[in-house]
Amino acid sequence: MEYVNPEGLRLDGRRFNEMRQIRAEIGVVSKADGSAVFEMGNTKVIAAVYGPREIQNKIQQINDHALVRCEYSMAHFSTGDRRRQKGDRRSTELSLVIRQTMEACILTHLMPHSQIDIFVQVLQADGGTRSACINAASLALADAGIPMRDIVASCSAGFLNSTPLLDLNYVEDSAGGADVTVGLLPKLDRVTLLQMDAKLPMDTFETVFALANEGCKAIAERIREVLQENTKQLEYRRGS
Amino acid sequence: MEGRLANTWRLTVNEKKFVETALQSELRVDGRGLYDYRKLTIKFGKDYGSSEVQLGQTHVMGLVTAQLVQPYKDRPNEGSLSIFTEFSPMADPSFEPGRPSESAVELGRIIDRGLRESRAVDTESLCVLSGKLAWAVRIDLHILDNGGNLVDAANIAALAALLTFRRPECTLGGENGQEVIIHEPEEREPLPLIIHHLPIAFTFGFFSEGNILVMDPTYIEEAVMGGRMTVTVNANGDICAIQKPGEGVSQSVILHCLRLASSRAAATTKTIKDAVEAYNRERALQKVKRHSTSAKSTTSGPTVALKEVHKESSEHELSPGVSGGPKCDDESSKLRDANKEHQAAPSNFIGRPSSWDPYSEGVDVDSVKASLASRGGEQRSIPSEELNDSGDDGNGGSTSPMDISEGMKSSSVLSDAPQATGQRDGERTLKEAVKPKKKRKKKASSATS
Repeated sequence: MEYVNPEGLRLDGRRFNEMRQIRAEIGVVSKADGSAVFEMGNTKVIAAVYGPREIQNKIQQINDHALVRCEYSMAHFSTGDRRRQKGDRRSTELSLVIRQTMEACILTHLMPHSQIDIFVQVLQADGGTRSACINAASLALADAGIPMRDIVASCSAGFLNSTPLLDLNYVEDSAGGADVTVGLLPKLDRVTLLQMDAKLPMDTFETVFALANEGCKAIAERIREVLQENTKQLEYRRGS
Repeated sequence: MEGRLANTWRLTVNEKKFVETALQSELRVDGRGLYDYRKLTIKFGKDYGSSEVQLGQTHVMGLVTAQLVQPYKDRPNEGSLSIFTEFSPMADPSFEPGRPSESAVELGRIIDRGLRESRAVDTESLCVLSGKLAWAVRIDLHILDNGGNLVDAANIAALAALLTFRRPECTLGGENGQEVIIHEPEEREPLPLIIHHLPIAFTFGFFSEGNILVMDPTYIEEAVMGGRMTVTVNANGDICAIQKPGEGVSQSVILHCLRLASSRAAATTKTIKDAVEAYNRERALQKVKRHSTSAKSTTSGPTVALKEVHKESSEHELSPGVSGGPKCDDESSKLRDANKEHQAAPSNFIGRPSSWDPYSEGVDVDSVKASLASRGGEQRSIPSEELNDSGDDGNGGSTSPMDISEGMKSSSVLSDAPQATGQRDGERTLKEAVKPKKKRKKKASSATS
C-alpha cells in the first residue's frame, strides 16, 4: 500500500514533515487542580491532575519527595471496536511510562509527604496517543501550578516507503513500519522518553529520531503559546 | 500502585553515596568496567524449548509452548506469539504473588516488542489452516533470582528457548483435506520455529544526570541509578526496539548508547548460537547411539553410551553394513520416519527412544572387545557412503529430518580419530570411564601417531 505518493503527499494530504493540527485547551475539568484537553488531528486526550495533596495510602509515603501516580486509560468508545477493560498490559505499560516521564520533570523534592495524581483518558484514538497523553499531562500539570523543570513535549515519527514521516496517524502506525516516540524537555534539550518498535537500521533511526525531535520542539512552542494565552485571560478576568 | 512496600529492601544513604562516588571515578562496586557484562551461562532443560539463563546473580528461566488456536480475525494467515512473565516472589522480597506488577508488565512488553514487532519469529509459517487454525506460541519467563538487569537475562532466555523449541508437525488430511492431524514426536520429527534474526536487549543505567552510563546494572546500581534505557539490537545492525522512560539525557548520549549496543550484539549472538548448537548436537547424539560416538560424547555420560553401543555392536557383529538392511528394518520400525529414509548404511544407525535404561542390560567385556576389533575395520568404509547419502554439507543438528543424519555424519567424520581408542574403552572400569577426557586424548594421540 502506498503511504507516500510520488508527489510526496501522504494519505491525509500532509507532507512528510508536517504534523497534524493541534488544539489544546486548559481548565476543562472544574473539580481537578489542573486539567487539559489535547488534540492532535483526530486523536483527542483529556488529562486531569490532582495534587499536591495529602498522601492517601500512608504506606506509600516517601519522606523526601512527592509520590507521583499516573493512570492511562482508553475510553471504550475511543476506537472502532469496543476496548477491553483498562487493566490490560498496554495500559499498564503506558501508565508506567507516562509516570516515569512526568516524574523526571516535576520537582518532586519540593513536596515531600504528598502525592500528585495524573489521570489521562483517551477519548478518540487515531495514532500517537501516548504523545498526546504526555502533552496533555504537561499542560494539566502547568495548569495545576506544580513546579516543573521544563514542559515535556512529545511527538512520534515513523518510516514508511523509505521516507521518514512525522506524526503518524493510525493507518500509518499499523502499517508495520517503525514507530519512534520521543519526549523532549525543549529548553534543556534533553530526551526524556524514547520508545521504538519494529526494526530500523541504525542510520535510518538517527534520521527519524532527529525528525521526531523537531516535531517535539514545534509542539513545545504551541504548548507555551496556549499557556501564555491562558495566563493573559486570567489576568484579564482579574481586571488588571 | 506497588502494593505493600513494607517488605521492600531499601538502600541506605551511605550505600547510595558510595556507589555514586565510586562511579565518579569510573569504578563499579563489583569491580567491572563501565561497559562490562557479567558472566552469562545458558543451560537447557530436558524438553524442547526450555532454557535457563544466568547473568551474574540474575537467574531467569524461559519456556516455550505452542497450541493450535483460531487466528485473529484481522490476521488470518498468521500465528501468534505471546509472552508471559512471572516475577516469582522468591526472586526478590518486593515481588508479590498474583497479578504482575508494573515492572513485570513492562519487561514482558519490551521483550514482546523486540521479538514480535521486529518480525524475529516468522508468524506466517505458524499458520496451518488459513482463518481456522494456527499455532499460538507462548513464551513463559520465570524470574528466579533478581540480581539486577532482568530484561537482558529474560530476553536471552526467551531467545534460547525459541531456538531450541520444536513444534509437532501437522498435516492436513481427512475427507476434504480440512482435518488437521497432529503427529506425535515419535512418528514425525517435530519442527523448529523459523527465526529470522536474534534481537538482543542491552540495558544501560544513567547516573548523575546522564553523564555517567553503565551497562548491565546490578541490583544495587539499579536502586541508585537515575534513569535507564533498554536497546534491543540484532547482529545485522538493526535497532529492533528502544525503551527509555524517565530521566532526561542528551541526544548524543543516546546515540552513543546505540552504538555501544550494536557493537556488542554480534558477540552475544554468537554466544547464544554456540550454546544452542552444542545443545542440539547433544540431543542428536542422544537420539542415535553409535559406538564411535562413545569416545567423543562428553554429554550423555560415557558409561551409558558405551554400554548401549556395545550392545548394539554385539547384536550386529555378524551382519556387515550393507546386508544389514532387512534386519535393521525390523529394528527401525520402532524408530522415527527420518531414520527410515537414511537406511542405506543401516547398521550404524541404531537409534533408540531416549527412555532406554542402560543399566538394565549387562554386557560382557570379551565379546565387546572382539566386536569392536571387527567393527574397527568396517567403520572406515562406511563414512564415505553416508557422506554421499546425506549429500549436502551441514553442521550438527540444524533442522529436523536432516538432524539425525547430519549429527551422525559429523560424529562419523570425527570418529576416525578416537575410534581406535574405542577398542580399549571397554576394558576400563566405571571409575576410569567417568574421567574420560584426558585419557582419551592421550590415547588418541598415541593411536594416530
